[in-house]
Amino acid sequence: MTGMQQWFSRISDLFVKCFIRDDRYKLLLSGVGVTIKVSLLAVIIGILIGMLIALCNLSKNKFLKAVGGVYTDVIRGTPSVTQLMLIYFVIFATVNLPKWIIAAIAFGINSGAYVSEIIRGGILSVDHGQTEAGRSLGLNAFQTMTRIVIPQAVKNIFPALCNEFIVLIKETAIVGYVGLMDIQKAGDFIKSATFNAPMPLFGTAVIYYVLIKILTLTLRQVENHLRKSDVR
Amino acid sequence: MIKVKNLHKHFGGLAVLNGIDEHISQGEVVVIIGPSGSGKSTFLRCLNLLEDVTEGEIYVDDEQINTPKVNINVVRQKMGMVFQQFNLFPHLTIMDNITLAPVLLKKMTKAEAVKKGEELLERVNLAEKADAYPAQLSGGQKQRVAIARALAMNPEIMLFDEPTSALDPEMVGEVLDVMKDLAKSGMTMVIVTHEMGFAREVASRVLFIDQGVVMESGTPEEVFNHPRCDRAKLFLSKVL
Repeated sequence: MTGMQQWFSRISDLFVKCFIRDDRYKLLLSGVGVTIKVSLLAVIIGILIGMLIALCNLSKNKFLKAVGGVYTDVIRGTPSVTQLMLIYFVIFATVNLPKWIIAAIAFGINSGAYVSEIIRGGILSVDHGQTEAGRSLGLNAFQTMTRIVIPQAVKNIFPALCNEFIVLIKETAIVGYVGLMDIQKAGDFIKSATFNAPMPLFGTAVIYYVLIKILTLTLRQVENHLRKSDVR
Repeated sequence: MIKVKNLHKHFGGLAVLNGIDEHISQGEVVVIIGPSGSGKSTFLRCLNLLEDVTEGEIYVDDEQINTPKVNINVVRQKMGMVFQQFNLFPHLTIMDNITLAPVLLKKMTKAEAVKKGEELLERVNLAEKADAYPAQLSGGQKQRVAIARALAMNPEIMLFDEPTSALDPEMVGEVLDVMKDLAKSGMTMVIVTHEMGFAREVASRVLFIDQGVVMESGTPEEVFNHPRCDRAKLFLSKVL
């Protein structure tokens, strides 16, 4: 056998050992499920918290402003692993919720701080003349915000928000710390079981990459749709 | 129709309006002229409280509007406003720009608003642009849509804040023509502008504002041809 063929057969043996034998691919697949579940719920929680905190930061009320400021400050100033472990082992220690939901809450709380800054910037980026035009027609502040400012802000912040989602998905790779079997943890488990590091770790990387590629392409479609009114 | 008593407006320590008393009657076309920084735009924006008032009283239809008791949103429905920068809603089609407020504020059903919108677009010669977005229009077209949008609420008064100052010269005429038609139809209008020819032709009264007070008030003939105060004479000698 030539060296090339030998190399290929070694690789394919390793592939079978790491991903096929003992149905190890099922472990990775269920890991993909966990990653998606946690990320999706976290994104939703993150957007809700982000909107609330953004409104606090933009409000004229000093107390609300302070709440928003402290939230963003604390979340940005501590590592997400620390936050995840604090929330899982301390704050939710006695609460009987599925692990993945608690993890999603932790990531949502974390993401909310970043999303709030994105939303705040997006709202401020809409020209003040838009607000004046709405108010001059007799719309109240809430109607002007929801019908005129926010629809334009959404378009402005969409790329930044997509980026935040992608960061969030990759961030969830630390859920192994609280005993959840996501993609990363599954790859790690296979590494320990097979005493082989490169194959499962490259596998893990490829799975994350493909997942995020699909998401990126989908979100780009949505963005093109949002940009419809920019056509000249 | 609009009564202003002793109107003062300060921005921080800067006094922009220093006691304006003015009475604008129904059907009047009042054109406000004056050097930049004189407070004429601020005065106009105080009339629908886009600027809050530091001191003084503003009455619309004999109701004082600068008190917390008044729902300013209801008052503003009677007062259309056209801005220098058009401020069309870029995420909505031309028709939706026009129908948004009347439908949202329950002045009309969607069908009524669309019918009204078609009439108004016809009136400003833009009937074929109903489904376009603002980005696809020229400046003059945008400003004509902005006028139609304000008219869709059936206002009693129209306020114009330098409506042609952001336009290319060849587009000024088409906007002024729409405003002339509007004046002929008997609409009460308050217009801040630098278009002296237009002021002379359309105004029933011209106000010259400088340093936050009304320095001259009279027919175009009186203000343009026989200004009494020196500041007005100086200003007019530069712009006429």
